Amino acid sequence: MELSRRDALAALAASGAAVGAGAVLGTDADLVEAPSARDHVDDSDSLTEGRLATLLAVADVVYPSEVSGVEEFVRTYAVGRTADRPEYREGMADALATLDEYARTWHDADFRTLDAETRASVLEEMTVDGADPDPAGSDPERVRYYAVNDLLYALYSSPTGGELVGIENPQGHPGGTDSYRRGPEAARGRDE
Amino acid sequence: MSRAADRTPSPRADVCVVGAGPAGALAAHRLAGEGYDVVVLEAGERFDDEDRERRMERAIRPGHDPLSVWEMGGPRDEYASAGEWFYPLNRTRVKGVGGTTLHWQGMVMRLHESDFEPWPIDYADLRPYYAEAESALGVAGAADNPYAPPREEPFPMPGFEPSYSDSIFAEACERLGVTMHSVPSARNSEGYDDRSACVGYGTCQPVCPSGAKYSADHHVAKAESEGARVLDRAPVQRLAHHEDGERVTAAVYATPDGETYRQEAREFVLAAGGVEIPRLLLLSNSDQYPDGLANSSGAVGRYFMEHLFAGAGGTLDRATRQNHVGFMTSECHQFYDDPTQGTAGTAGGIPAWSRDEPTPDGIKLEFLNYAGPSPVETALSGDEWGDDLLETLREGYGNAIAMGGLVGQRPRKDNRIELDPSTTDDHGNPVPEIHWRVDARTEAGLRRANEIQRAVLDELGVDVAWTVGPEETGPAYHHMGTTRMGTDPDESVVNPRLRTHDLRNLSVASSSVFVTSGAMNPTLTIAALALKAADHVDERL
Repeated sequence: MELSRRDALAALAASGAAVGAGAVLGTDADLVEAPSARDHVDDSDSLTEGRLATLLAVADVVYPSEVSGVEEFVRTYAVGRTADRPEYREGMADALATLDEYARTWHDADFRTLDAETRASVLEEMTVDGADPDPAGSDPERVRYYAVNDLLYALYSSPTGGELVGIENPQGHPGGTDSYRRGPEAARGRDE
Repeated sequence: MSRAADRTPSPRADVCVVGAGPAGALAAHRLAGEGYDVVVLEAGERFDDEDRERRMERAIRPGHDPLSVWEMGGPRDEYASAGEWFYPLNRTRVKGVGGTTLHWQGMVMRLHESDFEPWPIDYADLRPYYAEAESALGVAGAADNPYAPPREEPFPMPGFEPSYSDSIFAEACERLGVTMHSVPSARNSEGYDDRSACVGYGTCQPVCPSGAKYSADHHVAKAESEGARVLDRAPVQRLAHHEDGERVTAAVYATPDGETYRQEAREFVLAAGGVEIPRLLLLSNSDQYPDGLANSSGAVGRYFMEHLFAGAGGTLDRATRQNHVGFMTSECHQFYDDPTQGTAGTAGGIPAWSRDEPTPDGIKLEFLNYAGPSPVETALSGDEWGDDLLETLREGYGNAIAMGGLVGQRPRKDNRIELDPSTTDDHGNPVPEIHWRVDARTEAGLRRANEIQRAVLDELGVDVAWTVGPEETGPAYHHMGTTRMGTDPDESVVNPRLRTHDLRNLSVASSSVFVTSGAMNPTLTIAALALKAADHVDERL
């Protein structure tokens, strides 16, 4: 199932980002940097391309194989979402840096350069799968909160992520007041 | 300095309102609209509307204390639960501009005529105020409820259409002779009062990011546009009275910079909810009133009542389409006035109550639209990801179905709010101490609710997985009864005009004046009483 720009915008709306900012609606080049940081890009003001690549590598592990369009979705979402949330952006960047450090320690390479199987094993060896998400917690807890759960929140509060499970208006998505009245046949018919 | 940040007293206030929740906001708006100089003192902060999606995210995503959604908890909100049953006070309320309507569910039913029998006012007295309250809050509702008390005009907005799962329930209810009908909802079904229609975020409780669900910050803004001053982070510490003992002279309040001020006024309206109002009266003791202000009856803090939740649910062998929206669209009030009755439908019925227990009081039954797991919440709290997680989500979502309900409590003197002198808040004041338990009659009501719920679910063929009855129940977060209304000053705290018997310029606008609990969600009645209290203040001014 294809993740669309609409999904990214919906996920942004669910996280309170300023939807409509240049980061969301601009060119691909704009997507890499927060709009407020375009003139003076450094690690503290935006998610760097490297950090974003690490986040995309996490998405490869935690998103189901049947979704496509992940890269644009994650870029649009992650950048738009952190554009006006410097503390959150810093927490996310730190968690992604931590993940890279573990990858370098165990495999002499950044997380994003590992193959899919090794990425999954790093997250599991860090015990991120069993960690309770906590923005101020231990390394696995922060990776769970800022990387894994951030991505899962974006996906499963979007229409496409919801539809994967069978709910076209998932919690967190302002999908209107029609879908709760539809029966399963009508919902299926709408998808076809 | 902005006006919002100026927390010094107003020099010539006519009215001082304590609390900026629905009661305080509506009373302040009405009185400011009449031209009075109104000051509202609110203990909590003024929240920024722009933050609501982030508060929603905090509510959905694990990793945040649920109390952090609306910044509750900490030294300001310390309390003690000393009764037979634990009472989770801070989960039940929000302090801030808008009060507990910031996190409420938004269900707004009128009490029934029978509910008023022990009260010194009756339904007819409150009926025009109910209509005004429905108009103020913006209520979406339909005229299909045969058990509702008489009303003079349609609801301000059309009701929300029934859900798909309501249609599943309808089959079983018809066979059992159980009547389903719509639910009045303080939630816009279309644009109303400059707020949008509901857009279906599905997180009504605890956050509506769109503002379609009513919250009292809207009437705070309206009050301010009529000239009222609203001071946030200005908790009232005590009320001072005149030496004649008949009038309150000032509300003494603290501000974040460590200062303490006195707001004088001609009239005072307490609108701080069923726990903080009795606490403030008890904290305001004096040589003349050693047991607390307005407490010559000894009833301040006594007769605390709640509604208790009863429910049952499970799974069905068909899709039930849950968790699209965060509100209900159908209820059953058939067992409200007579919970013991049996029913007869096209294929059976609910047996009449026959247990050897106290006769249950009224029951309100609910058909949930958010039974079972919400996929996004499950996804964030599991220990899987990728294809495994998706498979788990698909297995977990889709077939859940459930009913809920409320049962009231009769007033019992030993259910009470006291002061706990051994624990103090951030200003050194003793914290509220809650003594609460559930009696045999309420337990019987919960069992009766479970009986009916179980009969409906069995008729549908539901594989029942859980039941919440007397053993598992918890409070519905409705604080009632702690400054009860009455005509006898020896038995009650306020008179039918919502003025305290003891002090002639002190009114109470709150569910704390409820004489009985009923089993309907209380906020519409709180709003109606607040408008009535404001009218009586206006008459005295």
